[in-house]
Amino acid sequence: MKEFFNMGGYALYVWGSFGMTALCMIAEPLLVRHRRKVTLQRVSRFVRSKSATQSTNASGDM
Amino acid sequence: MSSNRINWFKYSSPATFYPLAGKLVPWFTAIAVILVVVGLYMGFFVAPTDYKQGEGYRIIFVHVPASWMSMFIYLVMAFWAAMGLVFNTRMSGMMVQSLAPTGAMFTFLALWTGAFWGKPMWGTWWVWDARLTSELILFFLYIGYIALHSSIDDKRRADRATAILVLVGVINIPIIYYSVKWWNTLHQGASVSVKSGSSMASIMLISMLIMALAFWAYTIAISLARVRSIILDRERDTQWVSQLPEIKR
Repeated sequence: MKEFFNMGGYALYVWGSFGMTALCMIAEPLLVRHRRKVTLQRVSRFVRSKSATQSTNASGDM
Repeated sequence: MSSNRINWFKYSSPATFYPLAGKLVPWFTAIAVILVVVGLYMGFFVAPTDYKQGEGYRIIFVHVPASWMSMFIYLVMAFWAAMGLVFNTRMSGMMVQSLAPTGAMFTFLALWTGAFWGKPMWGTWWVWDARLTSELILFFLYIGYIALHSSIDDKRRADRATAILVLVGVINIPIIYYSVKWWNTLHQGASVSVKSGSSMASIMLISMLIMALAFWAYTIAISLARVRSIILDRERDTQWVSQLPEIKR
């Protein structure tokens, strides 16, 4: 086990490479998921306020 | 006449592409996860130790797939940029926008893992070698695209302006690919080539190809997931977006 993590003396380089790759490829999906959450909130607020303005305009016309 | 042919332009409409992308994301995510697990297992436990580089060579299992993706994603972006200019389809620009951050990430990883491989084998983290320099330029092209696109408020105009940038930058891809042949570089030549096949042991090659396929599936999943947010933002004025269950709530 210890031998495995030692990587024949290349531990820093092997784990430095795989570690950064793992970090990026785990962080990116999380960022995309967060972006979807924020976008859904923003767009639904936009759609609600738009339909609210339209209905006030419609009643004002009458 | 053409009734039994697939109408590809149907999917260039955001309203039809949005649900399709949503259905595809979990499948490609699952494929990516399975391939990464298999690829890592083979890369660390099945592939033998290299006679020259010892265990240090195992960096290849992330370095080469990340480098391939960094170039391939740029080519796909250029394809969509050209489609957008020629057919003026709305989805094209959104696909370019969605792919760029992932392309930049893989370019960064190619440089990072390259540095971590260069240090023990060449004795230096970085040299101004043709392969490394042209890959760094690729990273700047991605960053330049992202910066330029976000600086133009009208996204349709941003698509067109950046499409030119992306298409001009394509010239860099063959330069990266052939740099190890054209110049006398410190970076080694291709281990896998279309013409002469592979110079690697087959188990190492298979492990690397599995990791490459995993990164491929990952890229498809992440870009389809991201483009769904881009679609919602840019189509928020449309009827179909306001009718979506996740928007109405």
